[in-house]
Amino acid sequence: MKKENFIWNSIKIGLVAGAIGIFLCLVGMVEIFSKRDVVKDVISLGMFLLLATSVLAGFIASRRTSDLLEGNKAVSNLLAGTFAGLFTGIVLALFVLFSSQVNLRAVFLNVTPALLELLTFGQGTDGVWQILVFGTVAGLVGGAFLLLSPSIRKPIVNAVMVIIFMALFSSLFRVIMVNQSGGIEKAAKYLFSQTGLTANGGLIFFFGTILVSVLRSSQAGKVQNLVDKLPQKGKLSLRVASIILLAYVVIMLPNAAGPFIAQVVVIISLYILMGLGLNIEIGFAGLLDLGFVAFYAIGAYTVGLLTSYGEFGLQHVSFWVAVPIAVLVAMLFGGLLGVPVLGVRGDYLAIATLGFGEIVRLLAGSDFMAKYLGGPRGIIGIQKPCIGTLGEFVAVDVPRVCNGIELGKPQEIYFIAIASALLIAFFSYRLRESRLGRAWMAIREDEDVAEALGIKLVQAKLLAYMLGAAFAGLGGAIFATLVGSIFASSMQLIVSINVVALIIVGGMGSIPGVVVGAIALIGLPELLREVSEFRFLLYGAALVTVMIAKPEGLWPSQNIRRELHREEAAPIPSETTS
Amino acid sequence: MTPILIAQKVTKRFGGLVAVNSVDFEIPEKSIVSIIGPNGAGKTTFFNCITGFNKADEGTITFEGAEIQNLRPDQITRLGISRTYQNIRLFANMTALENIMVGQHKFLHASWVSSIIRTKGMMAEEKGALDEAQRLLNYVGLKGKGDLLARNLPYGEQRRLEIARALATKPKLLLLDEPSAGMNPRETEDLTAFIHRLRDELGITILLIEHHMRVVMGISEKITVLDYGQRIAEGTPKEIQSNPRVIEAYLGRGAATEGMENAHERFGNKKS
Repeated sequence: MKKENFIWNSIKIGLVAGAIGIFLCLVGMVEIFSKRDVVKDVISLGMFLLLATSVLAGFIASRRTSDLLEGNKAVSNLLAGTFAGLFTGIVLALFVLFSSQVNLRAVFLNVTPALLELLTFGQGTDGVWQILVFGTVAGLVGGAFLLLSPSIRKPIVNAVMVIIFMALFSSLFRVIMVNQSGGIEKAAKYLFSQTGLTANGGLIFFFGTILVSVLRSSQAGKVQNLVDKLPQKGKLSLRVASIILLAYVVIMLPNAAGPFIAQVVVIISLYILMGLGLNIEIGFAGLLDLGFVAFYAIGAYTVGLLTSYGEFGLQHVSFWVAVPIAVLVAMLFGGLLGVPVLGVRGDYLAIATLGFGEIVRLLAGSDFMAKYLGGPRGIIGIQKPCIGTLGEFVAVDVPRVCNGIELGKPQEIYFIAIASALLIAFFSYRLRESRLGRAWMAIREDEDVAEALGIKLVQAKLLAYMLGAAFAGLGGAIFATLVGSIFASSMQLIVSINVVALIIVGGMGSIPGVVVGAIALIGLPELLREVSEFRFLLYGAALVTVMIAKPEGLWPSQNIRRELHREEAAPIPSETTS
Repeated sequence: MTPILIAQKVTKRFGGLVAVNSVDFEIPEKSIVSIIGPNGAGKTTFFNCITGFNKADEGTITFEGAEIQNLRPDQITRLGISRTYQNIRLFANMTALENIMVGQHKFLHASWVSSIIRTKGMMAEEKGALDEAQRLLNYVGLKGKGDLLARNLPYGEQRRLEIARALATKPKLLLLDEPSAGMNPRETEDLTAFIHRLRDELGITILLIEHHMRVVMGISEKITVLDYGQRIAEGTPKEIQSNPRVIEAYLGRGAATEGMENAHERFGNKKS
């Protein structure tokens, strides 16, 4: 009875994995990713996806079997893995056969001949049997993997992860390293190909990671001991050293990596700014705001109007004067939005703010406001920041010539963006640790009780809106100077949704969480051009995964950490009463 | 003793239902007063009218000579009335200390700018608040648990934390809504002693809603009985125990002849 059970289970898992494989093919991921290599001439990213699906199916089937049979029984585990892999293969093979007979392209654009070619290893329908073999072997490997002891399993998983990571970002590392001279450049060519890792690179990273993992698990205790034994002063200097190292990397990055990477970092920083702003509203005060892009737009347009040389520029003040004004204007609008929605709670608040965001975008792009804001033509000719004389700093409405250093390129605006993000993160932290932060969190937890404890709801909420808007306005202001032009069409609802999503993925109310969320949801798709095709698919997947697996976010807020830390440090004496 | 709070003809309606019906009520300063009554008698609604959660439709409520029936909850708190809740309403995802410090909000004045810069005044204020919160935490017997999230505290400690948070507003009048709900006899005894301490040491006037008759009879100087939103009796515990209308309200007609002490005892046990 039980035997049938686990085989049937494995088959079911195989069928599901096969369906996932077909899904990956249908959305076009397999074909597009097959243009990227994990290891050149060995395996492409697309094939890796399918292979990983089968291996995982085998592994899961094997684990289920252990659960069903209450313990590892090598033969059953291997059998389960094999069946799961085989059925993954069968489903994919059927898919290939079916789509070679029936023209699916009318509906599923991604079922190209190239895809079928790829799946059958270039042999047409005659190669279908290979799919079965591959699936079975992959499943068997997955099933066997469970039988390995964790001390072997972990380094291998780490190594595969590192290889995937290195392969995904190979172009990034390659660009940075090739820009250096001598040995580093050669190393780059040795390790990375144009599309992924070279075979040598793959081997080096694989065994390198295994070595490091093994060393780490055997030596970690000793190193920790060494660090713990350091005197207070030593610990401090260790910390200072790591901060200096980090600062060095941050400062050197734009020059080493070039404009593209710098621009990506700027965009991440802008989203961090917006994320920190929205974090005050959502994360601290619990005010769901879906129209947040409005404040970004207001910051951008203010800088545009104040500094543009184009026909809509009202003034030509310097960037340094325009930014504070933009922040103040955004803050003012934050307050204006806050007033009408003060009494609105929860879902209703989300819809009301959504409307606000759309109103701002539509107004900015409308003919009605075209006289002032350029309508669909937008505002162009926005000045770049200039570090120069005091005269340039204060001058108003004169043709500006930058006699000092003009910060025009992304590599230069990079520093402004990073500095702003750091400053705002610092502000957020300080606000959080003040009576205002506590008041906001109390409102988030229970508005009525907060009011009954003497918190003026109107005041506290308005302040949250205003400060949140100010942070976003700063982001918009930097965005305007980065791009040099603003169009209403770039202020889409999706920007607001991105910001909400990055807060949720990072961890509500957590300041480092915003940074992590921005890097994961904004940075990664920017860096991986192939991935950006599937940006929203992956967004959805990431959101669902985080909500199920780690609902507190990737980097949860301090309270929870502090508590965990506390429990480790000093176990609480057990209850004496009751 | 002068009354600290006077309610006159307070009425609260929800649609057709008259939850509180023309209730007159007084609390002498530094006394311990209980409101009892069957479920749905309007006790909590009456609390809500005093604290501003519900606006009384008619009547006046005067606290230390000032009419408060039209004020917002935060304004009423600022005058010196604080409360706890029937179903504990702590800020679950904040630490115990943070919970108490929210209660001190009305004494803190740092603006957002000085919070960012951390001016000397702001730091001193925060330090004072933290010390005071720590003191309150110790006072309610939660020493060393300040960094725990409120939701992770055991039930009895959550109740005490809620009282500490209410005390942080430095109330002159403290409203406790079923403080002994869900407590075992020993915890209930501790609670009774603790309520006495609040009055004797801090000079706080205490008004409580309570179902647990042992607590009510042991602690109250005056008891008011509500039934269907109306005040049906008022007096000392002795008077209430022998009041036929009260017995009738609790147990229905006919049961009034039964011994009140026993009846209440049974009732109390059933509730907890």
